Amino acid sequence: MNTAATTHYPAMTTSQQVESRTLCVLVDNEPGVLARVIGLFSGRGYNIDSLTVSETEHEEHLSRITIVTRGTPMVIEQIKNQLDRLVPVHRVVDLTSGGPALQRELAMVKVRGKGEHRMEALRLADAFRARVIDATNESFVFEITGASDKIESFVNLMRPLGLVEVSRTGIVAIGRGPEGM
Amino acid sequence: MTDMTGAEMVIAALADQGVEHIFGYPGGAVLPIYDALFNQDRVSHILVRHEQGAVHAAEGYARSTGKVGAVLVTSGPGATNAVTGLTDALCDSVPLVVITGQVPTHLIGNDAFQECDTVGITRPCTKYNYLVKNVADLPRVLHEAFHIAASGRPGPVVVDIPKDIQFAKGAYSRPREFQHRGYRPKTKGDLDKIKEAVDMMAAAQRPLFYTGGGVINSGRAASDLLRELVKLTGFPITSTLMGLGAFPAADRQWLGMLGMHGTWEANWSMHDCDLMIAVGARFDDRITGRLDAFSPGSKKIHIDIDPSSINKNVKVDLAIVGDCAHVLEDMVRLWRASALVPDKKALEAWWTQIGKWRAKNSLAYRNSNEIIKPQYAIQRLYELTKGRDIYITTEVGQHQMWAAQLYQFQEPNRWMTSGGLGTMGYGLPAAVGVQLAHPNSLVVDIAGEASVLMTMQEMSTAVQYDLPIKVFIINNRYMGMVRQWQELLHGGRYAHSYTEALPDFVKLAEAYHAHGIRCEHPGELDEKIREMLKVNKPVLFDCVVDPAENCFPMIPSGRPHNEMLLGDAATRVEDAVTEEGKVMV
Ligand SMILES: Cc1cc2nc3c(=O)[nH]c(=O)nc-3n(C[C@H](O)[C@H](O)[C@H](O)COP(=O)(O)OP(=O)(O)OC[C@H]3O[C@@H](n4cnc5c(N)ncnc54)[C@H](O)[C@@H]3O)c2cc1C
Ligand SMILES: Cc1ncc(C[n+]2csc(CCOP(=O)(O)OP(=O)(O)O)c2C)c(N)n1
Ligand SMILES: [Mg+2]
Repeated sequence: MNTAATTHYPAMTTSQQVESRTLCVLVDNEPGVLARVIGLFSGRGYNIDSLTVSETEHEEHLSRITIVTRGTPMVIEQIKNQLDRLVPVHRVVDLTSGGPALQRELAMVKVRGKGEHRMEALRLADAFRARVIDATNESFVFEITGASDKIESFVNLMRPLGLVEVSRTGIVAIGRGPEGM
Repeated sequence: MTDMTGAEMVIAALADQGVEHIFGYPGGAVLPIYDALFNQDRVSHILVRHEQGAVHAAEGYARSTGKVGAVLVTSGPGATNAVTGLTDALCDSVPLVVITGQVPTHLIGNDAFQECDTVGITRPCTKYNYLVKNVADLPRVLHEAFHIAASGRPGPVVVDIPKDIQFAKGAYSRPREFQHRGYRPKTKGDLDKIKEAVDMMAAAQRPLFYTGGGVINSGRAASDLLRELVKLTGFPITSTLMGLGAFPAADRQWLGMLGMHGTWEANWSMHDCDLMIAVGARFDDRITGRLDAFSPGSKKIHIDIDPSSINKNVKVDLAIVGDCAHVLEDMVRLWRASALVPDKKALEAWWTQIGKWRAKNSLAYRNSNEIIKPQYAIQRLYELTKGRDIYITTEVGQHQMWAAQLYQFQEPNRWMTSGGLGTMGYGLPAAVGVQLAHPNSLVVDIAGEASVLMTMQEMSTAVQYDLPIKVFIINNRYMGMVRQWQELLHGGRYAHSYTEALPDFVKLAEAYHAHGIRCEHPGELDEKIREMLKVNKPVLFDCVVDPAENCFPMIPSGRPHNEMLLGDAATRVEDAVTEEGKVMV
């Protein structure tokens, strides 16, 4: 059936390339602000790949939200405009507009094992510059920071060595060079 | 596995779930589903006159049958009109599946024609909701929606289906066994705790059952088990507005409804008991009054399927999470098996005390020969319909409270009212849904003249489908409940609670091709009620009553139970004591 003929809605426009973008959003740290930002994404059908929030300027009660999202350039433009329109939002900056931004994630990785597996886990942790932050005679918790793909490969390597669980912060990002947002 | 469109899947899933009637209203974004409804006879569609009416009708259907109610509305205004009904169903734990049309997926978020963020808007007023963006997910989502609506603490579930998904083709099959990844409500109560509860009950001196809507939600078996347990123990029982009918009002052990407009004996028993056994009731503020003065000397047992209902308002001593029917069954079994003997003497003294409170006759009112008292109208309606196969719905206000106090319910699922949200306009469409489910029964909406105007247009639905509902309007020309508060709390300044212009309800009935009756004198009330009962058509009954009557007893909000206000016809304390004294001597 030709659906376009039986509906009063316009058809889909020819598709553009989908890109990944990292947005920094400076907001008033007030109750419900996160729900407003997330509600915008779910309500309008936008994707969230990663989200981190924390108060960054205590005196002024400002929080910085870092969102990694995907969409066509038109959709990304809409997302920025929609975010900017929210009352408690101060600024929205696309950190990826002028090339890749500095992006880091922190993960804690728990591994359980004995003997050779344990030694191998320690060796790999060393190679990835992961620190041991908790140890028992049959487990380690590693702390690792870096770009998401580095964490991804570390976690994959730990899997056969007795990976128990992973906790990740999600991405925090900042622009390169001397200027602030 | 069968290949079909998303729209056809909706019909298939409804039919597979045993849905007989779906209440709905068409529009652009659901036309494919309406197309699939055409020329099939598995699911019958009932065309309402407003989407709020569709949801209330489904609520009436659900509450009177124990099944899930189903609704179909379009995107945008169709969905937003359904919001009041959804919130109502959430507050009163009514299982519904509400299907909403949505703009095509590629336009979502674009402010398209008749687009609204349905899942965003309905998130806080549903038990759960879905936006289906892939036709492959649709069969699972539809069946899951029914499972979630009906299981655990029931509630409304919205399934938002974009128009392109309704057109898309996919494979449909009915899932055989249903197991949700995370959602597994607990139905069996912890046996150790039930044992402990039974021990506490056997040791109690002044025990009381406080039951609620959860017993109705749990199904017929729960009411039967409750009756058995109350008989076995010999304890008194009271219920919330939502639980009426679970225990027969004609029984000696029944104390009447409790709470803001509850009886003197029910509220005093709550205040003075030493063991409260709460079954499927949620310690609502209409019940507790001022929290720090609420039943100060009692131990409390709370049986509820929803862990978040426990210790929400009132801290309890023993919590049993589980379905009422399961827990009551275990209680009955353990009580029978135990060698425990309740303190007969203490119980006798407790009943004597309750007898004194009863003697106050707190629901009494001064009748009149000139003007119809609203309480009298409801009592006559009760007397002339008692023993019949009858279902009662109500609107919201004084008439609702008088109906709860004076119409005596003997069976569960016979009483449909908006308790938690208190939605004016609930009763008439709810009656439509009840009548569809029970075509040969008598269905009466005890209404207020203000409330009923909010959804009056559903009379047209009743006429279209030959549903002979009786709308019994307690017409006091006032938003009586508002007027009462203004009288008692705002110095009698009746700001905007009088309706200066009301329609002629008899002519209005005729305009709808229904039957209209007006009654203005107490002397002709019986005869006119009989006429109403005889007419095999929808009826608007305009019962013109005393505009100044207040609903008592009343515990003003935020006050403790011992500050209950009584009507002037109730026996005064001094009199009660002398009366009682005479008997005692
Ligand atoms: C004008 C007005 C005046 C009112 N005055 C009064 C009044 O005087 N007295 C009064 O009682 N009410 C009154 N109400 C109603 C009041 O607002 C509440 O709706 C009502 O008291 C709640 O009843 P409930 O505690 O039985 O809870 P419900 O809302 O029926 O909730 C049921 C509880 O049972 C649980 N449950 C559900 N299913 C199960 C199951 N299968 N097994 C176990 N537990 C289950 C739920 O988790 C929930 O905690 C009034 C309402 C209005 C509009
Ligand atoms: C939709 C809605 N709006 C407002 C209210 C507040 N309210 C509660 S009772 C009431 C008056 C109801 O009047 P009527 O239907 O005539 O019943 P009566 O109290 O006179 O019996 C009002 C306005 C409400 N419960 N619901
Ligand atoms: Mg009125």
